[in-house]
Amino acid sequence: MIELTGVSRIFHLGDSEVHALREIDLRIAPGEYLSVMGPSGSGKSTLLNILGLLDRPSTGHYSLSGRNVSNLSSDEQAQVRRERIGFVFQVFHLVPRLTAAENIALPMVLAGIEPTERTARVKKALADYDLGQRAEHRPEQLSGGQRQRVAIARATIMRPVVILADEPTGNLDRASGQEAMRLLEELNAGGVTLIVVTHDPVIGERAHRRLRMDDGRLVADTRHRATD
Amino acid sequence: MQPTDAFRFASRAAAAYPVRTGLMMLAMAIGVAAVVVLTALGEGARRYVVSEFSSIGSNLILVFPGRNETGGIAPGMLLGQTARDLTLDDALSLLRIGEVQRLAPIAVGVAETSHGSLSREVSVVGTTADFIDVRKIDVAQGQFLNKEDPRTASSVCVLGAILRDELFGSEPALGRWVRIGDRRFRVVGVMAASGQGLGFNTDEIVFVPVAAAQAMFNTNKLFRILVEAKGREAIAPAKTKIEAAMKARHEGKLDVTVITQDAVLSTFDRILKALTLAVAGIAAISLAVAGILVMNVMLVAITQRTTEIGLLKALGATNGHVRILFFTEAALLSLAGALLGLGLGQAGSALLRQVYPALPAYAPTWASMAGVLIALLTGILFSILPARRAARMDPVQALSKR
Repeated sequence: MIELTGVSRIFHLGDSEVHALREIDLRIAPGEYLSVMGPSGSGKSTLLNILGLLDRPSTGHYSLSGRNVSNLSSDEQAQVRRERIGFVFQVFHLVPRLTAAENIALPMVLAGIEPTERTARVKKALADYDLGQRAEHRPEQLSGGQRQRVAIARATIMRPVVILADEPTGNLDRASGQEAMRLLEELNAGGVTLIVVTHDPVIGERAHRRLRMDDGRLVADTRHRATD
Repeated sequence: MQPTDAFRFASRAAAAYPVRTGLMMLAMAIGVAAVVVLTALGEGARRYVVSEFSSIGSNLILVFPGRNETGGIAPGMLLGQTARDLTLDDALSLLRIGEVQRLAPIAVGVAETSHGSLSREVSVVGTTADFIDVRKIDVAQGQFLNKEDPRTASSVCVLGAILRDELFGSEPALGRWVRIGDRRFRVVGVMAASGQGLGFNTDEIVFVPVAAAQAMFNTNKLFRILVEAKGREAIAPAKTKIEAAMKARHEGKLDVTVITQDAVLSTFDRILKALTLAVAGIAAISLAVAGILVMNVMLVAITQRTTEIGLLKALGATNGHVRILFFTEAALLSLAGALLGLGLGQAGSALLRQVYPALPAYAPTWASMAGVLIALLTGILFSILPARRAARMDPVQALSKR
């Protein structure tokens, strides 16, 4: 479903060139569960940004569900993000003045979905993620775990085909982190492709397929069918 | 994205930063209020002048001696000749014109007026009985000058209300004698207090028959002639005929100035309208300043909300969505500020009317509308740049900003 062919990303810092990604070739099938690990500056985040269409490769092709998306206009890319990709961030990125329910509804607002439909979907999402009592709370009134659950609910509300999680447990305590991972893995079990970028080997080793990056290159790609 | 959602998102964003929003609205409001109050003031002054002019009398035509149009040097000027004087006979001849209803010749001068030991310098106005009908003013006690041949210099006078109090105090004035200059006059009437009027105010003057005034000041000149035409339509033909008559009487030279009340009125009207426009324009500059403030505040808002912009983009907002959201926010703030200013301005005008009841300080509708419109326009115009900057932001960098 995801196909990267010869993808490089070069940043220009003054006169020098930084090769964040070098000639990445990667194929991901629908429903896979990947982790991307590696030291800081290895290109993990850049890879995730390119997969999420937040950044464009300097060279190479990216095709998503058989469609070459690296040459789309920015509006078309926004539409692909809106409809096919869900993001989960380390720092949650909830809009502070909006309630939990409104944060979850935000992608549907941008997509122009009718309010009645939105209300129904938000209600279901709140119930699914055990946030029923927290619908009208603003992010500052929620615990870290609750905030990440709101963020995950928001990432899934448009029923994307792939979820990109950047250090989803980085700002959570152990129990909340476990809970967040369980929710993400449940989504994966439901058929959604899940890609998790992490420093944490414990989190990384839960994935069925583990990528290791170093200096902008994929240095390891191992599959572990058996889950524990 | 639906417009109602954009509206709701933007208004929530505005409400989330009350100080910023409040200050920006205040700047807009002050600008709009300034436009409203200043135009109310200008318009009030205009209406005041117009109503004062109308109260002088209706269908008035004024005849002045001399010509106030310059056409180079006339031959007479080099010989030391000036324009012919306007005489009582000139005035009386105008009565033969069909369009003239009535007229009042006026001769003025200053003389010492005394009663007993009390005396003061006053303006003496020599005129005829028709004066009060032409000027539409009233006598409080007694009567005005007698209806008699204007050439008769009867020794009667009519006092202004304040003058009466100054000369007679609480004593009755009617029938008593006063000395004006070197002649004695019997008081036959007292004018009603005219209050604050434009031009001359009848409270501090004394009226005597025109022939008596001319005799007192040893002249045959008239200060001017007030002519009342038979109706509105009669004003223009009357003016032409008066000019023709005066020309015929003055050896073929038009050496008097004939102006109609309408002409004076429309001149004042034009001047005061221009003044109102000018102050409105000056006030509108403050709106431009407010517009720059809107831009500044929105630029700051964008820096504050960088990660939010990154998030919106990650969630699938197009550049257009981001632009619309910030644009709506600025437009909302401008609109709220403008409406607040309109309210403030109306309140200010009401206060002005309370303090100066004579001044009908109502802001003209065009000014209020223009004020609000300009506020909106500047607010929107100055939010284009910040909105575009927000839209162009790179989502990766925006999201990584802590």
